[in-house]
Amino acid sequence: MSGDSEKTEPKPEAASPPPDPKPDAKPDPKPAAEAPKPAPKPAPKPAPKKAEEPAEIPEFEKGISDRLAKRFGEKAEVAFVKKDRIRINAPKEHVHEVAEFARDELNYDHAESVTGVDYPADKEIEVVYHIGSYTDPTLARQILVLATRAPREENPIPGQDSTRLPSLRDVFYSVEFGEREVFEMLGVYFEGHPDNRRLLLPEDWADLPPLRKDFAIKGR
Amino acid sequence: MAAELPPGLALQKVDERIMTLNVGPQHPGSGHMRIVVQIDGDYIVACDPDPGYVHRGEEKMAEYRNYITNVPHLERPVIHDSCNVLYPYVLGAEEILGIEVPERAKYVRVIASELNRCIYTMYWLAIYGIFLGHSTMFMWPAGDRELLIDLMEKMTGARVTHAHFVPGGVRNDLPPNFEEVCLRQVNYFEKRIKEYAAIFYDNPILISRTRDTGVLSRQDAIRLGTTGSVLRASGVDYDLRVKEPYDVYEELDVHTNVMKEGDSYARSKVPWLDMLESCNIIRQALTKLPKSGSVRTKLKPNPKTKGPATVYKRVESGRGSLGCYIVSDGKPEPYRVKMSVGSFRNLIAMPYLLKGEKLGNMPSVYWSLNYWPVEADR
Repeated sequence: MSGDSEKTEPKPEAASPPPDPKPDAKPDPKPAAEAPKPAPKPAPKPAPKKAEEPAEIPEFEKGISDRLAKRFGEKAEVAFVKKDRIRINAPKEHVHEVAEFARDELNYDHAESVTGVDYPADKEIEVVYHIGSYTDPTLARQILVLATRAPREENPIPGQDSTRLPSLRDVFYSVEFGEREVFEMLGVYFEGHPDNRRLLLPEDWADLPPLRKDFAIKGR
Repeated sequence: MAAELPPGLALQKVDERIMTLNVGPQHPGSGHMRIVVQIDGDYIVACDPDPGYVHRGEEKMAEYRNYITNVPHLERPVIHDSCNVLYPYVLGAEEILGIEVPERAKYVRVIASELNRCIYTMYWLAIYGIFLGHSTMFMWPAGDRELLIDLMEKMTGARVTHAHFVPGGVRNDLPPNFEEVCLRQVNYFEKRIKEYAAIFYDNPILISRTRDTGVLSRQDAIRLGTTGSVLRASGVDYDLRVKEPYDVYEELDVHTNVMKEGDSYARSKVPWLDMLESCNIIRQALTKLPKSGSVRTKLKPNPKTKGPATVYKRVESGRGSLGCYIVSDGKPEPYRVKMSVGSFRNLIAMPYLLKGEKLGNMPSVYWSLNYWPVEADR
């Protein structure tokens, strides 16, 4: 295979360099003169667009977030509505309910990822689910970001302290491994998860959950 | 199950018959992971995948480096698909840093990411071939892959770990005469991989070993949240290059390959069809590539962010949808980077598919999941 490419390569390479500099050399002064002109033009264009975009809430996404806001009201807060992305912050008492609503009424059918984010200043750990849909073609671009928070303890005993959340595994089966990863990496215990074992870390890991902010990498 | 066992075994109690077997982590048949299987005679009754042997803490490392210095280490989980692994991170970092990407850079990215998809898939196909005992299918893809690795070497200067995508564009412009060489190599590559049909995909031995093994129904593929070739082999028409086009995929004509069977054969064929489609995409991108222009918006060494933000970007990698969730608190380093990778998402299907299968079918099912252990562990 490599023989083929080696044989065929030198010919065009040797043939092409002569034609290359010619077209480059001739139009060179023109593009050089033209280039600075169009360059400043596109620069101001994106600026007003960016300013407008956040103000303009896309209609389709607005429809979904309105349904969520209408159904849950005070229970869950719509954090932002952007193009293709809607974020809901729900307290842990209601997160299961919101997930069920998203599955049964809004046609979301799988979770893409489960992420834990540590906020030591707030004494909380946030768990973020990214939920999408394969079955509903209108939702193919959409991601519902469902975030909830668990209390955080200074000296964690993973699985036995108050850092607990309800598991969404019975709503979205696909969160199974994601929640196991969050449990070992941040020490959030998921109540109702059938298999709260470690996944990636070694069995004898006895340090802090490594993705917490107070777990420092050596030398950093 | 029991009826097929010899009478002596069938009379034993189930608990006495069941044997626990460790596959991996050193065994080459499992990649860098361990699979604990329980077998009853020749049949798998339970399977527990145990990844984590190549966990590198990429996500933790990303919290200590700024948006540009994160580039070379975040591609390490899948070095032979490094452009696609970096792609969502780079897209997310661009939104957080608030920078525009030149048009030419977008096309260079598409070409690089399609070439990388083929390089990855050829590697996977070689492994799939050898684990089914088809050593020609190891030699051919491993050899033909060199054609594209040579191209990537011309483009980026590195054969495997390119670190070519950076926030703001790509690291280098294309070398002179690249378009012509690329077109010729890709055309030859396409001709070569079409020949694989006769030796591999139409091979009765392969068909007998993979047809109707590890069948994943459409409904279960959706419920388990699988992605990429596994999902498309189960009849779900979902490819992010079409459904949520990023960069210039919107201007290209991308066809999604879907098969309805959901068995190992379909899962092994869809990536091959995707490679043929990648050749089409590369040819389109080469014709539409702007002839001149910048390929990178230069950034300062420690670029400033626009302020606290969260971004979730996804691309279609060689193993399916690859999402990157970045939380920024306004500092030069990201507060949290999460890679939601296709291998990790498809892993959930493994215990499901292997249950009730014969132990001998394990390699054909396992490798058909297009699973790359290092990516799953990160």
